[in-house]
Amino acid sequence: MNIVITSIVILGAIGCLSAVILYFVAKKFKVEQDDRIDQIVEVLPGANCGGCGFAGCQGFATACVNAGSLENKFCPVGGAPVMQKVGSILGVEASEAEPMVAVVRCNGTCANRSKTNTYDGAKNCRIAASHYAGETGCGYGCLRFGDCAAVCNFGAIKVNPETGIVEVDEELCTGCGSCAKACPHNVIEIRKKGLKGRRVYVGCVNKDKGAIARKACKAACIGCGKCEKTCPFGAIKVENNVAYIDFNVCKLCRKCVVECPTGAIKDVNFPTPPVKPAPKPAEDVKPVEPKIEEVKIEEVKVEEVKIEEVKVEEVKVDNKPDAIEQSLF
Amino acid sequence: MKTFKIGGVHPNDSKLSASQPIEVMGLPAKAVIPLSQHIGAPATPVVEKGAHVVVGQLIAQGTGFMSANIHSPYSGTIEKIDNAVDAWGMPCKSIFINVEGDEWDESIDRTDTLVRAFSYTPEEIVKKISDAGIVGLGGACFPTHVKLSIKAPAKADVLIINGVECEPYLTCDHRLMMEHGEELMIGIKILMKAINVDRAIIGIECNKPDVIKHLTDLSIKHFGIEVCPLKMHYPQGGEKQLIDACIGRQVPSGALPISVGAVVDNVATCFAVYEAVQKNKPLIDRVVTITGDKMSHPCNLKVRFGTPLKDLIDKAGGLPTEGEYKMIAGGPMMGRSFCNIDSPSSKRTSGILILPESKARRNEEENCIRCGKCIDACPMGLEPYLLSRLSEVKNWDLMEEHNVMDCIECGCCLYTCPANRPLLDYIRMGKQTVGGIIRARAQKK
Amino acid sequence: MIVSPSPHIHNNDSVRKDMLNVLIALIPAYLVALYYFGFGALCVSLIAIASCLLCEWLIQKFLLKKPCSLGNCSALLTGVLLSFNLPSNLDWWIVVIGAFVAIGIGKMTFGGLGNNPFNPALVGRVFLLVSFPAQMTTWPRPLQGNWMRYTDAETGATFLSKLNEGIIEIPKYTDMLFGNIGGSFGEVSAIALLVGFIYLLCTKTITWHIPVSIIITVFAFTGIYYLCGGNNAVSPCVHLLTGGLLLGAIFMATDYVTSPMTKCGQLIYGIGIGVITSVIRLWGAYPEGMSFAILIMNAVTPLINHYVKPHRFGEVVKK
Repeated sequence: MNIVITSIVILGAIGCLSAVILYFVAKKFKVEQDDRIDQIVEVLPGANCGGCGFAGCQGFATACVNAGSLENKFCPVGGAPVMQKVGSILGVEASEAEPMVAVVRCNGTCANRSKTNTYDGAKNCRIAASHYAGETGCGYGCLRFGDCAAVCNFGAIKVNPETGIVEVDEELCTGCGSCAKACPHNVIEIRKKGLKGRRVYVGCVNKDKGAIARKACKAACIGCGKCEKTCPFGAIKVENNVAYIDFNVCKLCRKCVVECPTGAIKDVNFPTPPVKPAPKPAEDVKPVEPKIEEVKIEEVKVEEVKIEEVKVEEVKVDNKPDAIEQSLF
Repeated sequence: MKTFKIGGVHPNDSKLSASQPIEVMGLPAKAVIPLSQHIGAPATPVVEKGAHVVVGQLIAQGTGFMSANIHSPYSGTIEKIDNAVDAWGMPCKSIFINVEGDEWDESIDRTDTLVRAFSYTPEEIVKKISDAGIVGLGGACFPTHVKLSIKAPAKADVLIINGVECEPYLTCDHRLMMEHGEELMIGIKILMKAINVDRAIIGIECNKPDVIKHLTDLSIKHFGIEVCPLKMHYPQGGEKQLIDACIGRQVPSGALPISVGAVVDNVATCFAVYEAVQKNKPLIDRVVTITGDKMSHPCNLKVRFGTPLKDLIDKAGGLPTEGEYKMIAGGPMMGRSFCNIDSPSSKRTSGILILPESKARRNEEENCIRCGKCIDACPMGLEPYLLSRLSEVKNWDLMEEHNVMDCIECGCCLYTCPANRPLLDYIRMGKQTVGGIIRARAQKK
Repeated sequence: MIVSPSPHIHNNDSVRKDMLNVLIALIPAYLVALYYFGFGALCVSLIAIASCLLCEWLIQKFLLKKPCSLGNCSALLTGVLLSFNLPSNLDWWIVVIGAFVAIGIGKMTFGGLGNNPFNPALVGRVFLLVSFPAQMTTWPRPLQGNWMRYTDAETGATFLSKLNEGIIEIPKYTDMLFGNIGGSFGEVSAIALLVGFIYLLCTKTITWHIPVSIIITVFAFTGIYYLCGGNNAVSPCVHLLTGGLLLGAIFMATDYVTSPMTKCGQLIYGIGIGVITSVIRLWGAYPEGMSFAILIMNAVTPLINHYVKPHRFGEVVKK
């Protein structure tokens, strides 16, 4: 009996002592933190992608609370809905930002841009880029080793083994921009997603002169400036032998798409192919004709991808694009 | 026999062209002279399109301290000044020359007579070397005049001449030392005068016994010059390793060789110094080894800069007609493999190596088995397995802490790795990134 | 045309070659085992090897869904080393369990070769030792020449286990050198193991640091104990030649994956193993301490790697 009582007393004493110590330690080392930070972290996506420009979601939340306003702060992953929630926690108005998406500005598929050599080093774009121009004749385009895919937190970007270049899954892409930072050739750009996902962009960043660029890749921008002249809104600038479309100015009229002699300008998610305004001089028709067909195929492909996503149960989707392509030809 | 103390590997030396005397390469019809043939800023052209130039005429002026002049290796008309594609497929600003005849600048002494006496002050010598556009011909292309301009309180007490040629396959320095030993000795004397030292050591690996004997005989006549035979041990040609091997001093991390009182120059640079100071000939050509296991005629060629690499390879037997191959500018350990055969040779080109299919590919990569062989092989005492891993996960801070900037990119780690991991590929990327971070930090301060 | 960053040549060493070298070095000890333990040793080793290979193949194929990794011979080596640490009269199903624990838990759970913190063969062995202590410590007596017998008739304790119980019965030195003593079947002959050690040194598969530091430490530790006249003390030479000490020092502790990377770290590691082994042998409940010592030091290896750095070029030693 004595033993039982002694042990209970001793254990109880130890317990009390520990509680007292814990109490004082907790007091002494208490970290003052705004409760709102935790609340904001709760509503953030928690991907820690750094797309907002801060070190992870915690950093973003702290910055929001410290600043007290949401000016110049935007979570590209969560988008407007999340920012509204953050705004309501802080009691301020959330700034409006348009959804963005990563765009691969390279048409250098295996068909357009053939391999001239085989790279045998570490399969990493940055290492290959610091060594030489790459496996193809073009020293500006996609290197095909997938640094962007490795950094993407959302599995939205992948190297397509068939075409050889990377492709962005628009549904998954949040526009956080980590892929754009990872690309040593700056091929990936974060652009406005556009109305219904419709975008027009130049799918090439080759700064070489037209003849050299064309030699390396069939779908290269040759810097001819036709698009610049055609654009009724002045959205296109040709600099260093490569055209660039300003997505803030572009009105998606697609006159440039028809005009481009190499098919470097891409339009995506449009229901119909771009229309040539009027068959003016006869010689212009020739280079344009095959262009339209190509775009058509593109369109179908994009739609196909959508089907694939919706109907998961359909197993043999893979064969479909081929069949449709053939029927179009 | 002496050698450096830490790490190193012993590759098979494969000196196929060691017995081939130096041949003079013919002139091409069109030449392209890159404006960036040295580390530092590219040179600024001083000739216009359409101008007529002669051999040895200055065509591009070095911009800034770390840059070097470029002289025309040909006589002819300037076709244009435009971007050319270099050996790695990147654009590089170059001067295009239509070669017409072979007309030399009159001030250049083209005879073979030895000019022994010289009476220049150190300043005059450095000026002449700077004017002649001489850069370190060992591979790094560091402007020689910068190396010779020693700022007080640093003081040199010994000149070390790099005749090691530890890279397998390459023989250009070997042949140069055999055929131009006398000129080399005078060049060394000039350099000794320029940095005001009375002792010079020529480090030569023992796989070149003929050179060791030849130069030892010659050095008897030249007071202060001694030949130091070294054990075969890669990377003995590395500046820090060579100083360690010859005089047993270790250059501290991040410091230059001058901090231990040594200046290192390559034998080809010494020869160029002789030509520049005594013969008034600027740096317009160098000896290049063209070799490879399957080449029909491995050779050593005296090549003027701007000659297309294709001409050189054809002279040695041409590219293999079937199967894969790998073309390397330089030796197999540190050379850069290139893809554009039409690009011109430059001050950097010390050799061209064509590896046949059997050697062209790397072996298949496996998991790191933590055997520690890379640590044993690293001549700088680093941990390649760790640095490579840190680079893969982009932990630049920790890489800096583990002395990644000391890496000399010699390739011993990858050479010795049983799992064939691309260690150096990742370390090099990490070194570039960390270097950028350090520079940015220094600028901020 | 192929392009890659430098260097462009390789010494043609490979994981497979290193593993094969270790296997070659084990051949003398294996032949001795066959001579003394006959058919039993053959059965146990073949079962161990087959189950190790099978286990690795199954996991690689169905769990990890990666290409087959049997080509690098590491599973083969684990099988051989595991069987060397088992008595030659062990039941086949115990061997299979040991092999599956060695490969499955000791290696593949961590992601395969190169990622395992502990020596897989020892993980298997220690698992069996604590799960089946009776079977694992019943050693057959050697039977010279009588190869075709599967020995389970004559069994007995080893010298070390008797020593643990306080009985000193030192075998003849010639028997210890050539293997005419009881024990796990790969560990009995010191000469055969030393021949393997010399082969490994000649082929530069391993360096001397780990084995020599272990042997010297054990020798010194037990020697001091002997000189001080401790309880049940025997000559340090006897300690070196009995039990799994040489097998462990030469073949198990030197496993690349689980030993430190730097030479200095390897010496610390070796000394640690030596001390722990001696302590277990002299004062512990188990007669044999090598397996535990190696596993404990395996756990310390990452720490050694972290703190013991190679001597950097140009580094001045602070005084």
